[in-house]
Amino acid sequence: MADADGRARCWDALRACLAEPKVVAGGGFILLLFVLALGAPWIAPKDPLEQDIILGATPPAWLSGAEPGHWLGTDDLGRDALSRLIYGSRIALTVAFVASTLAAALGTALGLIAGWRRGWIDAAISRLVEIWMAFPPVLLSILLVAVVGAGVGSVIAAIALIDWTRFCRVVRAETMTQASADYVTAARAIGFSQSRILAREIFPNVLPVLIALVSLEMGIAVIVEAILSFVGLSVSSDTPTWGGMIAQGRQLMHQGWWILAAPLTMLFLTVLAFNLLGEGLRRALDPVMRR
Amino acid sequence: MSAPLLAVSGLGAVSDRDATPILRDVSLRVERGETLGLVGESGAGKSTIGKAILGILPRTVRVTSGHILFENRDLLTMPSVERRRLIGQRVALIPQDPMTALNPGRRIEGQLTDGLRLWRGLEARAAREIALRLLGEVHIRDPERVLASYPHQLSGGMRQRVLIAAAFALEPALIIADEPTTALDVTVQKQILRLIRGMQNTHGTAVIFVSHDLGVVAQICDHVTLLFGGRIIEQGTTSELLEAPKHAYTRALIEACPRYDRPDAGLRPVSEELLARLRAEVAAP
Repeated sequence: MADADGRARCWDALRACLAEPKVVAGGGFILLLFVLALGAPWIAPKDPLEQDIILGATPPAWLSGAEPGHWLGTDDLGRDALSRLIYGSRIALTVAFVASTLAAALGTALGLIAGWRRGWIDAAISRLVEIWMAFPPVLLSILLVAVVGAGVGSVIAAIALIDWTRFCRVVRAETMTQASADYVTAARAIGFSQSRILAREIFPNVLPVLIALVSLEMGIAVIVEAILSFVGLSVSSDTPTWGGMIAQGRQLMHQGWWILAAPLTMLFLTVLAFNLLGEGLRRALDPVMRR
Repeated sequence: MSAPLLAVSGLGAVSDRDATPILRDVSLRVERGETLGLVGESGAGKSTIGKAILGILPRTVRVTSGHILFENRDLLTMPSVERRRLIGQRVALIPQDPMTALNPGRRIEGQLTDGLRLWRGLEARAAREIALRLLGEVHIRDPERVLASYPHQLSGGMRQRVLIAAAFALEPALIIADEPTTALDVTVQKQILRLIRGMQNTHGTAVIFVSHDLGVVAQICDHVTLLFGGRIIEQGTTSELLEAPKHAYTRALIEACPRYDRPDAGLRPVSEELLARLRAEVAAP
C-alpha cells in the first residue's frame, strides 16, 4: 500500500540529490575513497609496511631526488607514503561510517521520543544532553579510550557515545516542529496510531535533516579518529592511519615537509567532501526548499 | 423524537498546567445533515470542542465533566481503540491551515487515500479510483496530475479542496471544519464555502463549522452557538440569533460586522466595558 508512496519518494529524493553539484562533488570523492579503501591491496603500489632505510624520506615524484615508484615519496623508514595513505583510508572510513551511524541511531531514538512524548521524558533526556555536552569532547574521548583501551572499537564507541547529543538535539527540535503541524492533527483525526504517525508521517520529514547531519558527523568522526591516532590512542602503530602519519610527519618536518603534507591534505579533502555532501543533501532533500 | 447525531452535554475542560478552565458546561446538539456554527473570539474554546469530539485534545488539556454522545454512544467512556475506529470512519476533520495540513513530504495520492486504506482496507488501485472521483467532485480539473503532486506544488485553494475531498472520502456522518477559510483569500473563501455547502448537501453530512467570523457563519449555518471564555453565550437558529439576538455580546458582534450596504457607518468594535462584564459573567460558577 503505502510502500509505493515510499518508493516514489525515494526516487524523487535521489533525483533531487543528483541534481545538486555539492552532492555530486562530495559524494564522488567519498565514493572514490571507498574504492581505494576496499581495493587497497590491489591499488596501492607498495606494501604500506615495507621498510627500506636506504630510501628514507625521499620526496614526491615531481621534486628532485625522488625515487621512481614512490609517487608521494617515503617516510623516514622508507615506507611508501601513497600506499600508507590508501591503507589509512580504511580506518578513516570505517570509523566515519560505523561511529556516525551508531551516534545517529542513539541520538535519533532519544530525540524522537523526547520531541514526540514531551513532558517528563523530554525533560530527563534534555537534561542528560545538556550535562553530556558540558564535557570537552576531545578530552572525554581520550579519557574514554584511555579507560577502555586503544583500538578501532573503542575509538568508534568513544565517538558514538560523545556525539549522539548532536543528533538528539536536532532531531528533538525537528520532531517538535513537525508534531505541531496540522498534518499531524489530520493524521490523528483519521485514527492512525501514535507509532504509525511517528514512523510514517513525522520521521520521513525529519530524515533530510538527519541525513545531512550524519554526513557532517562523518567528517567530524574522521578528525576525531585522526586526533586519537595522533596521540597514539587509536589502532596499533603498525596499521597505517592518517593521524599516525601526521604525528610522524610533525617530528620529521625538517627532513621533509611532504611527509606531513600528504596526510593533512587527505584529511582536509575528506572532511571537506563530507561537509559538501552534508550541505548538498540538506538542500536537495528539504521539501520546503525544493520549490 | 429520534436522538440527534451528536449531543454534547455539560462538557468541561481545564488546562492541565494551571487548571484554568477552557470549556465550562458546554452543551450542544447536531442533527443529521445540518450545519452548526461555533463562533467565538480566539481562546473562546471553539476549536477545543472540535478536538474533544475527535479525541485529539493536546496533552495539556483535560476533560473534567460532561458527555459527548455520538450516534448514541458516549465517546468519553469508550475504550480508546474502539473510539478511534468509530471516529476515524464517521467523523472527519477539515483542518485550519491548508499550508501545513498536508504532509510536505508525501504525494497527494497517499494522503488522500490514507483513510480509505486504513478503514476500508482498499488496495492502492481501488483507493485511487475513489480519490480521482473525489477530486472531480471538488472541481479539480487535472486530478491525475494533482494526485502525483506534492503539496508545495499546489496553491492554497487547491490544497483546501484536496483537504475537503479527503474529509469526504469515508462518507462520514459529521465533519468538523476548523476555520477552513481563515487562511485563504476572500475570493477563494467564497468558493470554498460554496463547495463545502454543496458537498454537504449531496452527501447528507452534518458539519460543525468553527469560525470567528459571524458573517461567514451566517452564510452557511443552520444553527449557531456563540462562545465566550469557554462558556456558551447564546445559541439558536441562525435567523433567530441574527435577527433577534438576546445577549448584549451577540448584538455587539453583529454591530461590529462591516456592512457593505452602509459604508459610512464605520466599524463599531465590541466595547471594553462589555468584554469586562462578560469575563466576570463567564467566570462565575
